[in-house]
Amino acid sequence: MSSLKHLLSAADLSRDAAINLLDIAETMSSVNDREIKKLPTLRGKTVVNLFFEDSTRTRISFELAAKRLSADVINFSAKGSSVSKGESLKDTAQTLEAMGADGVVIRHPASGAAYTLAHSGWINGSIVNAGDGTHEHPTQALLDAFTIRRRLHGAASSGKDLAGVKVAVVGDVLHSRVARSNLLLLNTLGAEVHLVAPPTLLPANSSAWNAVIHFSLDEMLQTVKPDAVMMLRVQLERMNAAYFPSEREYARVWGFNADRLAMLRENALLMHPGPMNRGLEISAAAADSPNSTVLEQVANGVSVRMAVLFNLLSGERSIDNV
Amino acid sequence: MVARTVLTGDDIDRAVTRIAHEIIESNHGVSDLVLLGIPTRGVILANRIAKIIARNDANFSPADAVGRLDITMYRDDLASNPTREVTETVEPGLGIDNRVVVLVDDVLYSGRTIRAALDALSDLGRPKVVRLAVLVDRGHRELPIRADFVGKNLPTSREERIQVQLLEIDGSNGVLIES
Repeated sequence: MSSLKHLLSAADLSRDAAINLLDIAETMSSVNDREIKKLPTLRGKTVVNLFFEDSTRTRISFELAAKRLSADVINFSAKGSSVSKGESLKDTAQTLEAMGADGVVIRHPASGAAYTLAHSGWINGSIVNAGDGTHEHPTQALLDAFTIRRRLHGAASSGKDLAGVKVAVVGDVLHSRVARSNLLLLNTLGAEVHLVAPPTLLPANSSAWNAVIHFSLDEMLQTVKPDAVMMLRVQLERMNAAYFPSEREYARVWGFNADRLAMLRENALLMHPGPMNRGLEISAAAADSPNSTVLEQVANGVSVRMAVLFNLLSGERSIDNV
Repeated sequence: MVARTVLTGDDIDRAVTRIAHEIIESNHGVSDLVLLGIPTRGVILANRIAKIIARNDANFSPADAVGRLDITMYRDDLASNPTREVTETVEPGLGIDNRVVVLVDDVLYSGRTIRAALDALSDLGRPKVVRLAVLVDRGHRELPIRADFVGKNLPTSREERIQVQLLEIDGSNGVLIES
């Protein structure tokens, strides 16, 4: 089995490595269904959740994943720490190194923060990117792929990729690290990716991406008939310019509402990475429909992160895979 | 590397048959009996034993009474070896709570695999009794563990390697010693 040193980008994963992680996640998910949801695998290892940006589900998910594998978990959020006194990432990292962290899960508002941490030499442990700015969020892409694979193949998921599966990613692609990681991983797994967004919320270089770009959600739903629709959160905290006229207009043109739900194929997935802006990019009727996989994604997130931590932190470390 | 055959396919069949009979005898029948194979070859042996038990007692249904127990996550050498492949664990249909669980593996050596299996088992449930059946016991135990049903005791040196070949995976049946 290929074991990784860090997980910084969905592009780090080959097709085989990605399928392997998803298969391990299947095993982990059966552990999460047991009465005793705990494995002794990472006993004695320390995992630090280093969160410079707010998060609910990702941090809790990583914490639960590490605890279910018996690792010791330290949660560190920038608020209420020395970072608010002006401590740099370097000093924070070296502090963690001195305390002997085996794995660091980092979320940071700056794109590339996880890469910097992994390649700076400040720290020897494995780094997991849990979201860096508008760059990447690889474990989210893995859990989304896991969710799609499970809904499509059920118990026979193991070993399968997503060849031929049509996935539409809708909304604020410009600011979305979830969209970037998903695009990379879905391409690796053989899925067909469609991006749907207002032109103002697409990055300038998006025509170079291996995806079909649409500027009308209704038209895409009718012509493509996707197997899964992934709604992106409108990242109001990153909206520093007038990307669209008003929230009401966005909801009308780009939001997933009951009418669009009716256009979806019967067993198609309606996905959202959370947190949802109900009434903006997704209506309550759509979010609570049987097509919605929002809560499944959360549950699968724990299994997938257990698989990632197992891959990164168990096993002998030789110099050549550093 | 010189390989010497110590058990032929027929020898393995006889050993498996004898183990199956010993299990029935020591359990006074097949009530509450379940078999758990330890991947990879333990699973195949568990299935072979189950087939013979079912032939002798119609009350035993292999479909409900045979499972597999992956112990990778419970190993004590995870940190000192390359990351290992994980396979799935399948609980037998009858469950393991209050059952007589027979663990089945191909070779008993240090005893560490069985230690891990016992830990894995206690996370799945609480069997009434746990027994151990192995095709080959090659000695050199590092833990106070012994097998209840042994196909063949093979005195070996630590430098030798035991290779169990089963038709389902290896294309032929036999046990070889490489030295």
